[in-house]
Amino acid sequence: MSARAAITGMGILAPNGIGNEAYWRATLTGRCGIAEITRFDASGYPSRLAGVINDFDPASYVPSRLIAQTDLWSQFALAATAMALDDAGVDPASVPEFTLGVVTASSSAGNEFGQREIQKLWSRGPQFVGAYQSIAWFYAASTGQISIRHGARGACCVLVSEQASGLDALGQARRAIRSEAQVVVSGGTEAPLSPYALVCQLASGQLSDSADPERCFLPFDASARGHVPGEGGAILIVEDAAAAAARGARIYAEILGYAAGFDPWPGSAHSPSLARTISVALADAGITPRDVDVVFADAAAVPALDRSEAAAIETVFGPHAVPVTAPKTMVGRLYAGGAPLDVAAAVLAIRDGVIPPTSGVGELADGCRIDLVRGVTRPARLRTALVIARGFGGFNAALLVRAAD
Amino acid sequence: MITGIGVTAPGGVGTKAFWDLLTAGRTATRPISLFDATGFRSRIAAECDFVAEHAGLSVAEQARLDRVSQFAVACMREAMADSSLDFGAPPPERIGVVMGSAVGCTMRLEEQYVRVSDSGRNWLADATKGSPALYEYLVPSSIAAEVARRCGAAGPVTLISTGCTSGIDAIGHAAQLISEGSADVMIAGAADAPISPITSACFDAIKATSPNNDDPRHASRPFDNRRDGFVLAEGAAVLVLEEAEAARRRGADIYGEIRGFAARANAFHMTGLRPDGREMAEAIAVAMGRARVNADDIGYVNAHGSGTRQNDRHETSAVKRSLGGHAYRVPMSSIKSMVGHSLGAIGAIEIAACALVLRHQAIPPTANLEVPDPECDLDYVPLTARELGVDVVLSVASGFGGFQSAMILARPAAARR
Repeated sequence: MSARAAITGMGILAPNGIGNEAYWRATLTGRCGIAEITRFDASGYPSRLAGVINDFDPASYVPSRLIAQTDLWSQFALAATAMALDDAGVDPASVPEFTLGVVTASSSAGNEFGQREIQKLWSRGPQFVGAYQSIAWFYAASTGQISIRHGARGACCVLVSEQASGLDALGQARRAIRSEAQVVVSGGTEAPLSPYALVCQLASGQLSDSADPERCFLPFDASARGHVPGEGGAILIVEDAAAAAARGARIYAEILGYAAGFDPWPGSAHSPSLARTISVALADAGITPRDVDVVFADAAAVPALDRSEAAAIETVFGPHAVPVTAPKTMVGRLYAGGAPLDVAAAVLAIRDGVIPPTSGVGELADGCRIDLVRGVTRPARLRTALVIARGFGGFNAALLVRAAD
Repeated sequence: MITGIGVTAPGGVGTKAFWDLLTAGRTATRPISLFDATGFRSRIAAECDFVAEHAGLSVAEQARLDRVSQFAVACMREAMADSSLDFGAPPPERIGVVMGSAVGCTMRLEEQYVRVSDSGRNWLADATKGSPALYEYLVPSSIAAEVARRCGAAGPVTLISTGCTSGIDAIGHAAQLISEGSADVMIAGAADAPISPITSACFDAIKATSPNNDDPRHASRPFDNRRDGFVLAEGAAVLVLEEAEAARRRGADIYGEIRGFAARANAFHMTGLRPDGREMAEAIAVAMGRARVNADDIGYVNAHGSGTRQNDRHETSAVKRSLGGHAYRVPMSSIKSMVGHSLGAIGAIEIAACALVLRHQAIPPTANLEVPDPECDLDYVPLTARELGVDVVLSVASGFGGFQSAMILARPAAARR
């Protein structure tokens, strides 16, 4: 019998709340963290709204010399890691050497830092590129910095599959627990709000051009018109359940099942892979669809993607058979940080027996035969939650978390 | 089981050209031609003479895909053909992809940045001037997606980006997905195409790359006392991995087996290494344990051998620490001396080289090793390739972030001496 993977700590940094309880209170009361981008003049862009963290002070979490070497994305990750380790009550120095790992999701990496240095190169010359560009811009920067800061000498890994990366990272964290690790720092963050990164995201054709923060991101809604980006994410401490129990740790939930799949090229004879991916995750967990009490949806708010996700949920569970929610409507799409935040929300929902709402959504689009929790929170006895994440280009992942016994 | 190989490396495109270069001990380092490197500290690189049309890429693919994705797709096609596997036979959900890349689509990201910012004049980039594929350049997962679409994978697909250990880590991850039963066939490898102004400037800024611009052919000199940094490179390698029983059943021509993999981190410094090599030694020891081999079984070590003083000493210590007295007997070489350091890709290119070592029973040399560093006192196979019976090989990688990885590969049992 391989080791079970328990979530024992969480550090949430979200546009509607910094810290687990602040985020959770905001989410349950429907407080939206989406606003006009003010970090730079976004008035010339067709999409100007985003989930923005306005009151983040990196100096409260990260030494000043590290702030100079890192992009905001890594500062989020370092801050969330400190919060999560504290929440878990894990002292990294007490974990046996080589059994503390760092497995994170990454997507667009050090955007603002990178843009600043690339601008120096092109406007002034190569000799003006700073020494830290080589360690701040690349996709593994946060992971390396977390490892160094907390003395994690176990296996480190960085998974990149756009919004699906977060579940892939947690799935890999569970593998590490099963094979060699005692504690894994996992999850992910994103800081996608630099001018160039926003221009890149606009090319996806999936950003909403609405100017109404409360109605700009309406997954499964008849008037869905895309999503907005958001910054932040969550770092989760995944721990060998037996070791966690032995040290008397609070166990939020267990990572019970996981699977990943990939969609065929549009026009291919093969069918989309999401329904099958969910079924494989259920089989991996050793449970049936009836055991799932709530689904945290990927919720792209792109009509075709909403229909295919609703269809996959219907295929596995039946029409309107399980409550579905997407509190990301209050924070935007956080890419590498998105799925870890959804898992954190699912864990808190299980803890408190309450399903947070999908804010703003009114009438569902034709073909979306799901029980979408809208308007207000819904009390429910929750034991098992399914989290779905899909990454741009065809990546699918599904992860199941269950209340600790 | 490794049943197919595709390589795009400096000095010649395709697996055969790659192996010919390695066994001849030729170097593929030269002055940078991909951009005007005037004003840069290091103006040399190992570039691929890659012709997209020859690799079967359509005009539309050439327009849309970054060079890194073009390399990945070309290698995937070569590896699939080499494996003789009918990719229509396994259920698509049993086929997966793990690609590695350290810096993703940097070339197009930079090229497009220049366009939308008016050559860096404007902080607020112009959204109307960019390529429709711009988002695909921002997220390196697009490399894995392009490969997955073309090989018909519907199983687990992802990209691993752990800096300079990305390639070995991607192949290790893919092997794990097969051994745990998540897939039967994996396309696994890595690609990087970083020879662009921003990457060169990055490494210039920390003096990591060789400034030996006057003698590019001899600029990459791992373990040589006159070394002065690594030579930036580009390239890719992709393997077809199959579940062992299924590969044997179909009579596949097997290069070798991935027997053990482990990754550790030094938790010390983003770019610095302690000279004791403890964490890399630990990765080697764990990989050997998983492979159930002893130090004496290892017939060849494929070194990270980047050609920086700290790396060469760190790695030499790690090999001594993990292999004991056998470290002094086992041949160990760095192919970076010939094909340069292609960041995340090189780890996969080196695993491809290890598979070819097992197939051809010959060991590539460390080119340019003429004046050994007295601190580096192992057998680094200077200058000339060796024919040698080898059943088990070890490959190691070390990278920014402090990541250290090790993999053990073995010849198929039937072929052993």
